Amino acid sequence: MALAKITSVFGRAVNVPGNDIDTDRIIPARFMKCVTFDGLGEFLFYDVRKQLDGTEKSHPLNEPRFKGATILLSGANFGCGSSREHAPQAIAKYGFKAVIAENFAEIFFGNSTTLGMPCVTASREDIAKISAFTEADPQGEVAIDLVKLEVRFGGQTVKIAQRESARNALVNGRWDAIGELIDGLPAVKITAGKLPYLAA
Amino acid sequence: MPKNLFQKVWDDHTVRQLANGQTQLLIGTHLIHEVTSPQAFGMLRDLGLKVAFPHRTFATVDHIVPTDQFIEPYADPLAQAMMDELRKNCAQFGITFFDRATGKQGIVHIVGPEQGITQPGTTIACGDSHTSTHGAFGAIAFGIGTSQVRDVLATQTMALGELKVRRIEVNGKLPPGVYAKDVILHIIRMLGVNGGTGFAYEYAGSTFDGFSMEERMTVCNMSIEGGARVGYVNPDETTFAYLKGRPYAPKAANWDTAVSHWKSFASDPGAPYDDVVKINAADIAPSVTWGINPGQGISISENIPSPETATSADDKAGIIEALAYMKLPAGAPIKGTKINVAFLGSCTNGRLSDFQEVAKYIKGRKVAPGIKAIAVPGSQIVALQCEKLGLDKILSEAGFEWRAAGCSMCLAMNPDKLIGDQLCASSSNRNFKGRQGSTTGRTILMSPVMVAAAAVMGQIADAREVFSVTQN
Repeated sequence: MALAKITSVFGRAVNVPGNDIDTDRIIPARFMKCVTFDGLGEFLFYDVRKQLDGTEKSHPLNEPRFKGATILLSGANFGCGSSREHAPQAIAKYGFKAVIAENFAEIFFGNSTTLGMPCVTASREDIAKISAFTEADPQGEVAIDLVKLEVRFGGQTVKIAQRESARNALVNGRWDAIGELIDGLPAVKITAGKLPYLAA
Repeated sequence: MPKNLFQKVWDDHTVRQLANGQTQLLIGTHLIHEVTSPQAFGMLRDLGLKVAFPHRTFATVDHIVPTDQFIEPYADPLAQAMMDELRKNCAQFGITFFDRATGKQGIVHIVGPEQGITQPGTTIACGDSHTSTHGAFGAIAFGIGTSQVRDVLATQTMALGELKVRRIEVNGKLPPGVYAKDVILHIIRMLGVNGGTGFAYEYAGSTFDGFSMEERMTVCNMSIEGGARVGYVNPDETTFAYLKGRPYAPKAANWDTAVSHWKSFASDPGAPYDDVVKINAADIAPSVTWGINPGQGISISENIPSPETATSADDKAGIIEALAYMKLPAGAPIKGTKINVAFLGSCTNGRLSDFQEVAKYIKGRKVAPGIKAIAVPGSQIVALQCEKLGLDKILSEAGFEWRAAGCSMCLAMNPDKLIGDQLCASSSNRNFKGRQGSTTGRTILMSPVMVAAAAVMGQIADAREVFSVTQN
């Protein structure tokens, strides 16, 4: 299974500000009553984007000028709570290719990486700079460079960080581990054979 | 060189290093349920893969099951479709399924331990963040996403980076009316909702030594609410006594060997830790949340925070957002806040001892008029245990609806939901916006006995006063 080498993400960005944005907020549980991930995109941030009657609330994703954005900006502890992969799936299916936040909850980070959707961290000040740029020019391009670990936009450059194992996996096209894990099956059987509760 | 439990279990289960530096880690026990597994089986089929070790995956159904309807098809066709899908997948791939007809169905984190599937020194994974519960047995248990469920089905392994270990020592005797739930709410408040990111939490100290397995499970369950993907307690005689005789526990001839092997996993004296936190049990009080994440908590005698008392700009913004959502007055006592619903249950507090403790105090008392109160056993076995002891009768007579096993009102995937901006006194684990099924619904987390006190008073109350608690 050849996977794309994800070394950079280019696109327009939109800021969904706030800390501790949990996975229930990203995709409310009632939309998880499904047996595939198809169609989850339209329910992204549903309860903060829509009124009970389905009309739109004020939310960055509802603003026409940010339609088509592919880079999501947010605050600290993004994706906390449930392990539901439905959360990064909804973000990806909505059309986002990457997330820039101050930091990420552990399980969300891993789930996103496995989907080939880079999650990178930047300082609050730098995220504010990117946000100010897109606010002034929603069509302006933002470029995430996973090789140089920087984001470039409107002539500015800011530093980003990413856990090395994830960065390595993305830039080398190994972000979905299934192929490698299968290659290891002979070794798995040896390890399992040494463990009493599995050998029994 | 001395090692902690995490390191020992990790080393035992390491298959090899992967090219990106992560470890291919063997997952000895895999638990699945209807919400996060169907897509994984779909991916397996798309890739033409089989389940590598079908006898090491166990399934049950919990999130979507109605707790007041026993006959299929369920009223919600989507719920029925998920049920059917799980049944089909288990049959096709040869996976043991604790379906409702087996009498062993329940919340996945209650079923594993009560079947004796959850054992010390093992690795466990499940597509649910509360998998950390199983760490109470000295297992390393990970909540995982659906792609990793696929990985575990296909290879019985997953790719993972090693975690740091923080030892959280709680010493001393908990004051009367203070429970395991209060311990974990206290820890999360103290260390923050993301304080545990990148860490496994080792819970230790004399308070944990004295805890029952059910109390240990309550604490480990909510590790993820503090950002820690893994939480565990070192195995000891309490652990072994709990496991002895359970269906999947080692049998007679193998028992002693298993116990001595299990003992070897406990952290060594002098084991290294990346961080150590010490807490005095006497400092912990009955706790309640006031906001929209589990770290926004106070003791029952404290006042609701106000933006003016915030310690930082972030804290201030968090308080303003939370109070606006919760519709609570800044600076007022939390005690006396009117409630609409009382919920007893969930993988955090849906076990026999939780209902026993509530029944002890609520016997002869009545739920306040107008309060909807439901009690939901975490498994069919818990339900049966409670019914044999007559606890269901005590709770029903007090005004609680006695329901069938499931996740129920902890999350919004079955008919048990809040309506409008109802406020729920809840023994569950998350108070996120909309968590209990209404986009404006409000949750206050607390121990089961505090839920019972709130139900009786119709408002947030101090269980120690309501029930004249003088000793645990």
